[in-house]
Amino acid sequence: MIHPIPPGTRDILADEMRELRALQGTLVEVFEGHGYGQVATPTLEYDEVLKRGDERGAVGAYRFFDERGDLLALRSDMTIPIARLAASRYAEAEPPLRFSYIGNAYRSVTQGRAQMRQFMHAGVELLGAPAPEGTAEVIGVLSAALDAVGLNRAVVGLGNADVYPQLLAELGVEDEPRRRVLDRLSAHDLVGLEQEVDALEGLSDDGREALLRLPGLRGGAEVLEQAHELGGGAVERATERLRATYDALAERGVAGRLQIDFSLVRDLGYYTGAILEVYDPALGHILGGGGRYDNLLARFGMEMPAAGFSLYLERVHLAQMEEERMAEETGK
Amino acid sequence: MTPPTVEGPVRARIGGSLKLALPRGALFGETLDALDAIGLDTSEMRGDSRSLIFEVGELTIVTMRPSDVPTYVEAGAADVGITGKDVLMEQSDRIVYEILDLRFGGCRMVLAARTGDGSLDEAERRTGAMRIATKYPRIAERYFDETGRQAEVIEVKGSVELAPLVGLADGIVDLVATGRTLAENGLEVREEIAPSTARLVANRVSHKLRAAEVDDLVERLRKATS
Repeated sequence: MIHPIPPGTRDILADEMRELRALQGTLVEVFEGHGYGQVATPTLEYDEVLKRGDERGAVGAYRFFDERGDLLALRSDMTIPIARLAASRYAEAEPPLRFSYIGNAYRSVTQGRAQMRQFMHAGVELLGAPAPEGTAEVIGVLSAALDAVGLNRAVVGLGNADVYPQLLAELGVEDEPRRRVLDRLSAHDLVGLEQEVDALEGLSDDGREALLRLPGLRGGAEVLEQAHELGGGAVERATERLRATYDALAERGVAGRLQIDFSLVRDLGYYTGAILEVYDPALGHILGGGGRYDNLLARFGMEMPAAGFSLYLERVHLAQMEEERMAEETGK
Repeated sequence: MTPPTVEGPVRARIGGSLKLALPRGALFGETLDALDAIGLDTSEMRGDSRSLIFEVGELTIVTMRPSDVPTYVEAGAADVGITGKDVLMEQSDRIVYEILDLRFGGCRMVLAARTGDGSLDEAERRTGAMRIATKYPRIAERYFDETGRQAEVIEVKGSVELAPLVGLADGIVDLVATGRTLAENGLEVREEIAPSTARLVANRVSHKLRAAEVDDLVERLRKATS
């Protein structure tokens, strides 16, 4: 008899489980080795708690009532539950606090897109350590984790979530036009972005140039110079912050796998400042992401800056398999 | 004849020559003209070859239905691709970078109904909703939502002009270039929804890890098509 399971979920059998367990073991060792003790939180949270973390409501695709009539939700990431945990259980602790986790999170899917409802996150959160040192520490752990799982060619994209909104504010773009421009930017629609920018009234040529060129700037440290040339206070502040993080990473010897990227935008409501994406040439999808969320903990009554990253374990596994295949092909 | 042996990755990977996904169909000719204009030899693709993959200059070109281009590019099976804005609007949940308006392949997404016939308005007035047949259900639903009207959207795969002629729908949402097909079937444009042209899109990872090659292609195509 065949008994189906819901689409977008899967059983993991022994061969895959063995590889995933090895991968998890390697990551936990790196995280613990850097002082990030592993914690676990419940898969279910009160819907209200998740919403407190991300008011845009991107969280909790699966909600239901418990026996008391309370609204529960399956978590859609690990950062909000850990912010909740820290505020509840470490309110009196001396910062910085370091946590790591490996756990399942849930999202809604579209049919026919090979998407999974359940996917495993592995990452760290550093609470109470401000930029740039805190950001650099987190990226240092990420880099060590990528090396440990054999993704030596992986690249970490580093951007700033505030630069574009602040640039718009500086240029006096507000309300509805501002929303439309940011909407095109977060949709990765650079053609639509140009149309919206051209529709803005009273924009200077320099302002137009900055708004259109900034999202195309990505590369090594030279990108900081190119951004600097665009001028303006907002770009200058972001460039200085990125440079400070870059220098701190250069000191740690991990600047080599960094790509400075002004096109990165926040896809979660709680990011502030630095924003991260992880790529490997062996896979067409991003392997993970993260950044700073200096205001998130305050929403739970704990005023402190924070940063973290999350790797999507199944994708890291796929990238690892492809890197192994490529190594065998070139070894032949 | 033995079929060609397939080598290469079992999964999409970002490496080797840059892979460009091209749309077979209405945009194919003008797309090849644009590639000619940036100095690529497209003669093999213009022939009657049944091949789907071509090596042209420094590019690997993979050919497919226009509506499949975002699928291949999102997964990284192609680094960059060319397809219509109509396709991108319909598949707006696909995460790809839309990086250049190629300006050719111009057409309009419209609401059309039978010429000189009041059935579209009557359906809205007396039944509260228009029945709309379309190959673009998501564009249609979004349009009627945004304009505050109710519509029953019926997805069809083939000649959508047929639907209002035989009573499946009161109107259609479809892509119109010259309007000749509409006119020949006794239909007329009632409302313009959005213009559409060909666009260059890029995979999210390729846009980062192959930035120099992607930007170079963008600049060459920008010059050739503006």
